[in-house]
Amino acid sequence: MSCIRSLAAVSFLASIGFSTTVIAQEMISDTTARKQPLTAWGVQFEEFEYRYSDDDEELGVWDADAFYGTDEFKVRLLTTGEYEIEEQAYETLENQLVGQIPISKFFDAKAGVRFDTPEGPDRTYAVLGVAGLAPQWFEVDANLYASKDGDTSAEIDAEYELLFTNYWILSATLDATVAFSEDEEIGVGKGLVSTETGLRLRYDLIDRAFSPYVGVVHERKYGDTADLAKAEGGGTEDWFAVVGARISF
Amino acid sequence: MQGLVKAFQPSSNEVQLGIKQMKIRLLTGLLTLLMPAMVMAGEYGLTVDRVKIDTGDFVKEGIGYNGASPGPVMRFKEGENVRINVTNNLDEMTSIHWHGLILPFDQDGVPGISFPGIKPGETFTYEFPIQQAGTYWFHSHSGFQEPDGAYGAIVIEPEGREPFRYDREYVVQLTDKHPHSGDRIMRNLKMMSDYYNREQQTVGEFFSDVSKNGLMNTVSDRMAWGGMRMMKADVEDIHGFTGLINGKGPSQNWTGIFEPGERIRLRFINSSAMTYFDIRIPGLDMTVVQADGNNVQPVSVDEFRIGVAETYDVIVRPKDEQAYTIFAESMGRSGYARATLAPEEGMEAAVPQLREAARLTMADMGGMPGMDHGSMAGMDHGNMDMGSSEGVSGMDHSNMGSMDHSNMKGMDHSNMKGMDHSDMSGMDHGSMAMGKGGPSDPFYAKGSGVVPTAANGGKFLSYADLKAQDPLYEDREPTREIELRLTGNMERYTWSINGVKYEDADPIRLKYGERVRFKFVNETMMTHPMHLHGMWSILDVGAGQWNPIKHTVSVNPGTTVYMETEVDEPGQWAFHCHLSYHAAAGMFRKVIVEGGPESTQAKTGVVAEDGGEA
Repeated sequence: MSCIRSLAAVSFLASIGFSTTVIAQEMISDTTARKQPLTAWGVQFEEFEYRYSDDDEELGVWDADAFYGTDEFKVRLLTTGEYEIEEQAYETLENQLVGQIPISKFFDAKAGVRFDTPEGPDRTYAVLGVAGLAPQWFEVDANLYASKDGDTSAEIDAEYELLFTNYWILSATLDATVAFSEDEEIGVGKGLVSTETGLRLRYDLIDRAFSPYVGVVHERKYGDTADLAKAEGGGTEDWFAVVGARISF
Repeated sequence: MQGLVKAFQPSSNEVQLGIKQMKIRLLTGLLTLLMPAMVMAGEYGLTVDRVKIDTGDFVKEGIGYNGASPGPVMRFKEGENVRINVTNNLDEMTSIHWHGLILPFDQDGVPGISFPGIKPGETFTYEFPIQQAGTYWFHSHSGFQEPDGAYGAIVIEPEGREPFRYDREYVVQLTDKHPHSGDRIMRNLKMMSDYYNREQQTVGEFFSDVSKNGLMNTVSDRMAWGGMRMMKADVEDIHGFTGLINGKGPSQNWTGIFEPGERIRLRFINSSAMTYFDIRIPGLDMTVVQADGNNVQPVSVDEFRIGVAETYDVIVRPKDEQAYTIFAESMGRSGYARATLAPEEGMEAAVPQLREAARLTMADMGGMPGMDHGSMAGMDHGNMDMGSSEGVSGMDHSNMGSMDHSNMKGMDHSNMKGMDHSDMSGMDHGSMAMGKGGPSDPFYAKGSGVVPTAANGGKFLSYADLKAQDPLYEDREPTREIELRLTGNMERYTWSINGVKYEDADPIRLKYGERVRFKFVNETMMTHPMHLHGMWSILDVGAGQWNPIKHTVSVNPGTTVYMETEVDEPGQWAFHCHLSYHAAAGMFRKVIVEGGPESTQAKTGVVAEDGGEA
């Protein structure tokens, strides 16, 4: 307001023919969008796929995240789930809401909560993690989880992309979970819990907004977790053929 | 020598103070008495409209002027006082910046710095004296309206005779029209900085490099770049555009008609959001006569690179009754614009293929902190300032990079007597790569991957070739130096100056009457066209008083470039990288000029030697 007033005063003085002292910095203070932190948002489904296993299990699977915020602070919603088509039940269903801040040139720190609401018992965890780009182009996302009951675990996700061309891209993913305590109710044993490795060949059909892919995924349970699975009568290892699309908007 | 420009100073200050048009009318009577040169007054109108843009490849909604994008060519006359009524027919704020024009700061059209902006439905009247001649352009300075189409050309007819002749002239205005809106591009870059880069290194390139350079070399090269998390392919952020010339895509082929034997002046303007173009007209020599609106000593070239926001005027003389292609390849070879010069509409010439995609080298990383600065020695033009005897200052030292040794025999050494050889000791002769492998240009890092070469093997214009035709200012020692490191983080798509984004930055404060030497140190791997509003940028090419006068100075990766500015306009101004998404991501500053003709008496200290006339 004061700058508008001083502008008016200046033009008034000019109008009556005075030479005036104009001190530029008093005239306008920059309140335009450019002087505000840039906010951006985005939604990405890294996986949105149908899985068919070597023992005829059918799954619908997604792994997505949405963010809103500035360079200095983003809110990110991460969601991942596996839906068992025949049994019409969620084998896994995780939702995380985290705040994210930059901590180094290539890495961000995240903190927030994770809600697991699959078929069976629910869990709520506190989340602390880092995500970013490691040397040699490995996208890394590492998280520590602590449940309300004090069970802790860690998960590391890594992805590497190989460009056959600028449109045919092979992505290799590895996801490993380690538990520091047993949570028998949800079938988690102490130690290395499970790994999921995937290879997906995609084609960027519409920009990077819609990229259909085919691939293979291997899931395996280890140690006490594998024993718990066997005791339940389940398998400890699965191969899947997958078809789906990477989507972003 | 600045008499002409300076003569307008008092009037421009008064105009700047009078915001309201009515009052200016009152003043005009008085001014007319004082300033016979300003009796002319032109009234112009521009509407800012939503328009359809058809590139031949795609049709999109955009923003234009008087119902079209690009807008009209505004033709002014030096010495005229212009009134331009700008009506905003959009449903958002807008603005028009008169790129390269010297005018009172409140007419400069930068929202938040010059004025508050033009509201929807509002008509804003710009009013300023035209104190220069040449080729310029105008564009919105609000949001991403400029990449969305809000731009047009300005041609100013000089008062006096020009030092070159031509029979015909055309504006050749280039842009990089992208199917996505500016907002969407910015958002996608923030989500994924390589979203638009489709020239990344592939498995195929790995194997072809292996067969060229061997397995170990290729692996260690990939490891070195991967370790830095930088891409050699990061020459252009935005691929997937269609290059337009005067609003026409390659298939729509804008055509300029000529009669064989005529001299044609082509006014090249790069109004792209993000794209540098390498321009050639196969079969024709181009004589560069103007850069950024200012006359330069004519230099004949086969090809030249035009940075974003720059202008170059060239003269061509097609003698044959045939068509010629104006071919403008993007610097990274991800796209092109094409137009035709022909004796008749409908004729066309062959359209060349795009050359191989450019790749950065480690030399382009030379500006990064902690890296080897040795290769930059040759860039320090300060070391090359070798005395002031005329023969020496006229000598083109900076051209030595591309100088063939055989030509040295013919060089007149007698001219060099006045040269202080001791100054040369600091000069890294090795870095000038005389005759040794690869192209070189003193304005690129030694061994840089983005050094341009002419497609026909001929002469490619360098900044070092640009010499002012008539120096606008007396040559004098700068009063101080300001270092501006161009910084950024490609992965996060943040861009900054001295590591600070505009949102967090304090203004740069200059004092009226001083001559500031700006030192740009490019610590990023991208080329940045730096544009200071309101005051000229005197680019240091080592030619002393013949250094060219520009409004936009391109700073290549891994290099240091100097420019000097006579701080002769009061007020506050924008200073930024002209790549739209770099400016928006923070490579932007406000400059405040403290003091000025009226206030100098009231204030202590800063009194300009030549600025106080009234």
